[in-house]
Amino acid sequence: MTPQDFFQVMAPLPPGGHAGIDALLAEMCWPGQPGRAHPANPLIPFGDFPNLHFARLLVIDDPTLADRAGTGLPTAEPAYLALLGSCDGTADAMLAALAEGAAPGLRALFRQCGLAPDADVFTWLRAHAVRPATGYVNWVGRTVAQVREEALLHRLLVAAVPAASGKADCVAARAAIIAAVKVHAPTLTPEAPTPMGWLHKNRESFWLPLLAFIVALVLVVPRLWLPLLIGLALFAYVLRRRERADPVIAPQTSAAEIARRSAYEDHDVTNAFSAIGSLKPGRFRLWLTIAVLWGVNWTTRHIFTKGRLARVGTIHFARWVLIDDNRRLFFASDYDGPLETYMDDFINKVSFGLNAVFSNGIGWPRTDWLVLGGARDEQVFKRFLRYHQCITQVHYKAYPGLTTYDLARNARLRQGYQARSMTEVEARTWLAAI
Amino acid sequence: MARGDLIAPIAVSDTGDIQALVTAGFGSLTAACFLMLRVAEATAAKAWLAGVQVATVADLGKDKPPLTQVVQVALTSDGLAALGLDPAIIAQFAPEFVRGLARDASRSRRLGDVGDSAPAHWHWGSGDRTPHLAVLLYASDAGALTALEAATEAGLGGGFSIVTRLHTANFAGREPFGFMDGISQPSLDWQGRHQPGSDHYANTIAAGEVLIGYPNEYGRIADRPLLPGEHTLPAAIDDPGWGDLGRNGSYLVHRELAQDVRGFWRWVGREAPDAALPLAEAMVGRRIDGQPLAGLATHAIAGEPRPDSNGFTYDADRDGMICPHGGHIRRSNPRNGDFPVPPRNIFERAADILGLRGKPEADAIASARFHRLLRRGREYGQWLDREAALDQDAPDPQSGINFLCLGASIGRQFEFVQGAWCESAKFGGGSGESDPLLGSRAPFPDEQATDGFTRGCPAGRRLRHDGVPRFVTVKGGAYFLLPGVKALRFIAS
Repeated sequence: MTPQDFFQVMAPLPPGGHAGIDALLAEMCWPGQPGRAHPANPLIPFGDFPNLHFARLLVIDDPTLADRAGTGLPTAEPAYLALLGSCDGTADAMLAALAEGAAPGLRALFRQCGLAPDADVFTWLRAHAVRPATGYVNWVGRTVAQVREEALLHRLLVAAVPAASGKADCVAARAAIIAAVKVHAPTLTPEAPTPMGWLHKNRESFWLPLLAFIVALVLVVPRLWLPLLIGLALFAYVLRRRERADPVIAPQTSAAEIARRSAYEDHDVTNAFSAIGSLKPGRFRLWLTIAVLWGVNWTTRHIFTKGRLARVGTIHFARWVLIDDNRRLFFASDYDGPLETYMDDFINKVSFGLNAVFSNGIGWPRTDWLVLGGARDEQVFKRFLRYHQCITQVHYKAYPGLTTYDLARNARLRQGYQARSMTEVEARTWLAAI
Repeated sequence: MARGDLIAPIAVSDTGDIQALVTAGFGSLTAACFLMLRVAEATAAKAWLAGVQVATVADLGKDKPPLTQVVQVALTSDGLAALGLDPAIIAQFAPEFVRGLARDASRSRRLGDVGDSAPAHWHWGSGDRTPHLAVLLYASDAGALTALEAATEAGLGGGFSIVTRLHTANFAGREPFGFMDGISQPSLDWQGRHQPGSDHYANTIAAGEVLIGYPNEYGRIADRPLLPGEHTLPAAIDDPGWGDLGRNGSYLVHRELAQDVRGFWRWVGREAPDAALPLAEAMVGRRIDGQPLAGLATHAIAGEPRPDSNGFTYDADRDGMICPHGGHIRRSNPRNGDFPVPPRNIFERAADILGLRGKPEADAIASARFHRLLRRGREYGQWLDREAALDQDAPDPQSGINFLCLGASIGRQFEFVQGAWCESAKFGGGSGESDPLLGSRAPFPDEQATDGFTRGCPAGRRLRHDGVPRFVTVKGGAYFLLPGVKALRFIAS
């Protein structure tokens, strides 16, 4: 199994360094489809990189910094040019491949950010790389190659359906379809062995926190229950006081601006969401954010690895990245469907999770006990999201037109195609999936 | 109570301020005509608006004499601007309304208004043919309607120019393809008794799902213009010191949809020569006489006044063998609750919330209660029987539907249902199919087909149809505000 990784390069732009970049980024997209990267664009020919699932480029210029007024936080932070994406294998290997295969384009893009003509591109990219605090992968281990092979298999299966006509039962129908597809000998590469280092680390990261938790439960709690209880009460008191006092800042984004942004959306079934905001000042919110993000990361690594993040099944990849000495949080995701459905999923299905992370950010709709309320306030939440949204100026997807459900279905079809035998009921389900 | 708090449902009391269309489709007034107007001279236009008598919910009721004619008035955001309403006030309405139906290519793309349905081809609703005002006229028969229309137009003075008059037809409850229509409608909670949220599908929705200014299914009041100390307007429920320009109003979506009756029945007849009607019924998701498809058991559903014909869900048909997943009425209202399978105890509920129960693909459709449409459409054109439609010499009946629906959130209701459920080739985790009636069939993305249709067949297998043609073309449309009466007078002042 080949694990996925997240790469992200962020380079501060000089003041006023926008204009040239915006034009360059626009050139990377399909004509008439702003935001949708051309896989063979001359700057970064994304389609040449077989391990690349998604990639995006955008200028992150935080429109919400003025909300820091009176908090003691600086009201200026750099604007960044960011290149980020999700890949098979490690982020470093992906950056090395990009540096190798798209050096002139990367030099042109990052020239204004200080990438000198004689500098080594990979070294420079690595020096500007950041790691997400939390990453989410829809299906851990599903590679680009696998997605493409299985999509082709699906097309062949669909084309072979007429071969099943007249067959008495589903088992016979399946056999006829498989025979018709076998003629084309579709490539279905077996799963690669899981890298040992990753496997060890993954096991450790699963067991160690659990072990620590059990040890704490057995050894620490019986002895120190009183201080723990006092600590918990103190935490609750501080949290509640802040929740009641923290201001909600979610001004309406103008209808014209919403329209301008939606010109970048819905050119494919998958859209990109990028957003940035500031953490509330003080250590309480910072440590709470770090703890919650660590917890979320544990679940995305060990629980939500097969098709959904809590109840949300439409996200391909998502990341939460702390930047600027932990003063700001950047969020990016690749999700299926229009933004409105995505926001509704957030509200109806995972408001508790969003609240736990983002209520530590300035302006979030008011929460109760960290997880309640907050994003459930539909209108304020939608305003907040749009207020913090950055336009994803270039978005690349390695498998246009395919949703997470398509990918999962194609993987099931492949299993059924390769299975030695099936019962009548299994065969019926398999046929229905075609 | 302050703005932003959760608000308990409250009874809707000021019925005299709400235009009657919110509760009635005026079925007994079988003649109707919709005038699309533009403001020619603002002062005269305002004078007309200040005096126009619109029927309200208070005029309806068992103890009231039946209405013999009805006038309803709705405005676009362009209309509000043309009448001189402060742009800063207009900007506080929903962004979809502010931009309008046809202004943005991205909206057209999401809604499937592309190709022949693109706003550039519309005969009204786009560019300088965008109406400012819709005057909806209803009367008991054609003669009375003609008189009402003439009187109305004569009374307009020099205030307006007419973009178009949309005449309607009465097919006795059937839409042009021949199916009984308008059976499924959400029930509005007028009494303030409905607690939002339910594990099972319910037909009752919060008043604020349709009426602006009332708490909705989230227990919140959606954004709308609030004016400090404006006492001629109804007070904001959550902030009584403010006048609420939206309260007692609703957004009205109007789309003129031309239906290719001949094309529909001819294609169905070619595709299933021995069983054209069952195929057509599978595409609609309902029998042609309006009854549920055979096999969908009916039962009582909270807030459903017609359990015999409409008391069903798809809970016992999860694999879509009875009603196809892609069937028109299943797409436009999947009749689900807040969870894919209602949890039986607190543990299952917790597991559901955390996404640890069932399969991801079983949870691909959003909860129906946030996406209901209150439909008020009227047919137009000539009636053409389905047998006659097969005749090669049958004339084009030039028929279709003036689709009208009401809601307090255009984005979460109409645009969601049209874009994410009907037009989307990926509805419910599926692939390659759009709504068998409404879909634009435009390949998306790139060259990927969206013109399939899959249904179950008796052997337990599935039958897939490819190359389903486009049967419905958009000819015009606009987003309107159907304001409360006080708001209408305020706009006219």
